Amino acid sequence: MSKKNKKTRQAAVASAAEAGGTLAATAAATAPVAHAAPERASAFAYAPAPESRAVVDIAPSYGLFIDGEFTEAADGRVFKTVSPATEEVLSEVAQAGEADVDRAVKAARKAFGVWSALPGAERAKYLFRIARIIQERSRELAVLETLDNGKPIRETRDADLPLVAAHFFYYAGWADKLDHAGYGAHPRPLGVAGQVIPWNFPLLMLAWKIAPALATGNTVVLKPAETTPLSALFFADVCRRAGLPRGVVNILPGYGDAGAALVAHPDVDKVAFTGSTAVGKQIARTVAGTRKKLTLELGGKGANIVFDDAPIDQAVEGVVNGIFFNQGQVCCAGSRLLVQESIHDELLDSLKRRLSTLRLGDPLDKNTDIGAINSAEQLARITSLVEQGEAEGAERWSAPCELPGNGYWFAPTLFTGVTQAHTVARDEIFGPVLSVLTFRTPDEAVAKANNTPYGLSAGIWTEKGSRILAVANRLRAGVVWSNTFNKFDPTSPFGGYKESGFGREGGRHGLEAYLDV
Amino acid sequence: MSEKTDKNAKTGTADGAGRRLSVFKTYKLYVGGKFPRSESGRVYEVTDSEGHWLANAPLSSRKDARDAVVAARKAFGGWAGATAYNRGQVLYRVAEMLEGRREQFAAEVADAEGLSRDEAATQVDAAVDRWVWYAGWTDKIAQIVGGGNPVAGPFFNLSSPEPTGVVAVLAPQESSFLGLVSVLAPVIATGNTAVVIASERAPLPALSLGEVLATSDVPGGVVNVLSGRTAEIAAPLAAHQDVNAIDLAGAGEALAKELEIAAADNLKRVLRPQPVDDWAATPGTERMTAFLETKTVWHPTGSLGASGSAY
Repeated sequence: MSKKNKKTRQAAVASAAEAGGTLAATAAATAPVAHAAPERASAFAYAPAPESRAVVDIAPSYGLFIDGEFTEAADGRVFKTVSPATEEVLSEVAQAGEADVDRAVKAARKAFGVWSALPGAERAKYLFRIARIIQERSRELAVLETLDNGKPIRETRDADLPLVAAHFFYYAGWADKLDHAGYGAHPRPLGVAGQVIPWNFPLLMLAWKIAPALATGNTVVLKPAETTPLSALFFADVCRRAGLPRGVVNILPGYGDAGAALVAHPDVDKVAFTGSTAVGKQIARTVAGTRKKLTLELGGKGANIVFDDAPIDQAVEGVVNGIFFNQGQVCCAGSRLLVQESIHDELLDSLKRRLSTLRLGDPLDKNTDIGAINSAEQLARITSLVEQGEAEGAERWSAPCELPGNGYWFAPTLFTGVTQAHTVARDEIFGPVLSVLTFRTPDEAVAKANNTPYGLSAGIWTEKGSRILAVANRLRAGVVWSNTFNKFDPTSPFGGYKESGFGREGGRHGLEAYLDV
Repeated sequence: MSEKTDKNAKTGTADGAGRRLSVFKTYKLYVGGKFPRSESGRVYEVTDSEGHWLANAPLSSRKDARDAVVAARKAFGGWAGATAYNRGQVLYRVAEMLEGRREQFAAEVADAEGLSRDEAATQVDAAVDRWVWYAGWTDKIAQIVGGGNPVAGPFFNLSSPEPTGVVAVLAPQESSFLGLVSVLAPVIATGNTAVVIASERAPLPALSLGEVLATSDVPGGVVNVLSGRTAEIAAPLAAHQDVNAIDLAGAGEALAKELEIAAADNLKRVLRPQPVDDWAATPGTERMTAFLETKTVWHPTGSLGASGSAY
């Protein structure tokens, strides 16, 4: 980097700090603390590059979307949704209650007859329209998602939104080909699908739920998470623009009580839930003894296994992506690093060096790596589990970075000296916290990786192909990434073993959840 | 028991005329490849459809259920890890062994279900054929339900089915043998191991099946057969933290709901009871896929260019 450049960037950082200090300082490669080596730190400083908010127009208030219309909640309740990066109130949203759930289910039931009777090719075209409109409005939706969720614009722009559009495109194509999907001739839809989704990938989880449901001829009532209702409401507008018949898609922003009412509604034929394992179990109990078909995509405690022959730099990138993508608020996060003992020190040095260069701050800045934690509640949970980790004797290291004064933030953190008995190695933290354990033999790696009630994801890093296949075979996890991590695609089935849930989303497999087979 | 004389009449009573006294069979459980009695020491009387005493069957306890789960878990790694071809060979061997004991099973099924000998033989034949059908599936199901996925990126991406683990099976109450085989064979064809609760009223064909399995190269623990009160044995299995799935075929509505609630505690895969008109009809693949997981493995395909990195 030229001297001139360096100066410009230093100046930029200074002005950013003056402007509100949301752009965090970053540490130099060898500096343990950001401010200890300002000269080196500047080498990693970036000018602010904020994405414009002007592309999205957030209304001061939103209603529920039922039977093709935005409407108030029956009891008139509303709740506020805030930007987790600034705590600014973004909008006020109608809060669905039991009466609204009933109204939405009735609308979906009424729409089901016509929708399921449409030729598949016609349903397909609606979905293609939706996919196209999402592509056209993807920057707007990316900015919106970043504002409401707190995740970096780089992720919403480059991961969430392209995957959302791709998901609708993929399932659009299935709508008139279901006879060939391997579920017999003329597989039938189930009816009304009640879908409850989390806040970590609001629009992507919506796409995972709605696209296959509509392609197979079901109608849906979807409840987005209470902290991230906006993109689902914008999606409602996309449906209207696409000319989707009334009642085929109904969106009910609300809290857990609305989700519970939806799941328990007697006229719902299918329940799909993504979220915590505890809630998933409650839902499984609720639908027990009914005819409701159930799919659950729940928590995880993914192991990222790094063998001594792995290319260290790539492995470090993969480990970082595995646990710090979306601030670690990912069900399939690689939250346990299992490193072969002989390379432990080398890998940890590289990892800490890399973590020190991550830029935490304004999620709308295009250079930001680590955005805000989604809510004060989630931040409290992460903080409490990390404190417990320290109290139990694991050694904590956090990347040296300044946290903005407003909003919900947590620095990238790792624990070393972790045993399998430590809480941080067992509980899903759902935050930017990595627990590092070691192993000596592949057998030990597999045993430790599988030593969890979860079974969603795992990673393997080694140059040896036969070892990848042997280890992948023995891991009890629904998705195994070898020499890569956190890759998603609409054609690739996703879902867990054991207490990470059941059923698959994505691919041909994802159709089964919405067909009467 | 007064009916006992009837049974003795059927099987022969020694008398002065030189008629031979038959040897009764002691029906025992089949757990971990062995034939134990219930650890509780309990038995219950099994009668034919007209109430005539046939034999005493073990009245399994909760402890027997837990022991069976331990045996099934122990056997899982080896059975799931066996080649699909090998599992097919073993299942076919079960059919061979059963064919040789056709008369015995026809008699037991006739007694158990109140069928004529011919009707019972038809059931047994269908059960033999069912083993053959599933024997052929072991090395084909992966090609039907798995495969490569054309992801939009430089990645090799393959989805494969894998057995979910230990499956508790409540065998159908009415179809004591064909129904039993129809729910058991798909579970083990796909590499799971099973703890089966035999039909409560008619457990004898199931207990005898254990003897066939033991001599068919089915590794001990892959199938474990318990007899007794379905509700009593099923409750600890549905709640067991080391059971991965449960087939509720043999449960009535109220019991099925109760068990499904218990099963939620560790998110077991639950196959709810479905009305079956005719167990002899050709089954689909649903009983196999119900107990299969899908594992998807990704790997970069890299490039042969000069960039140097394969990632």
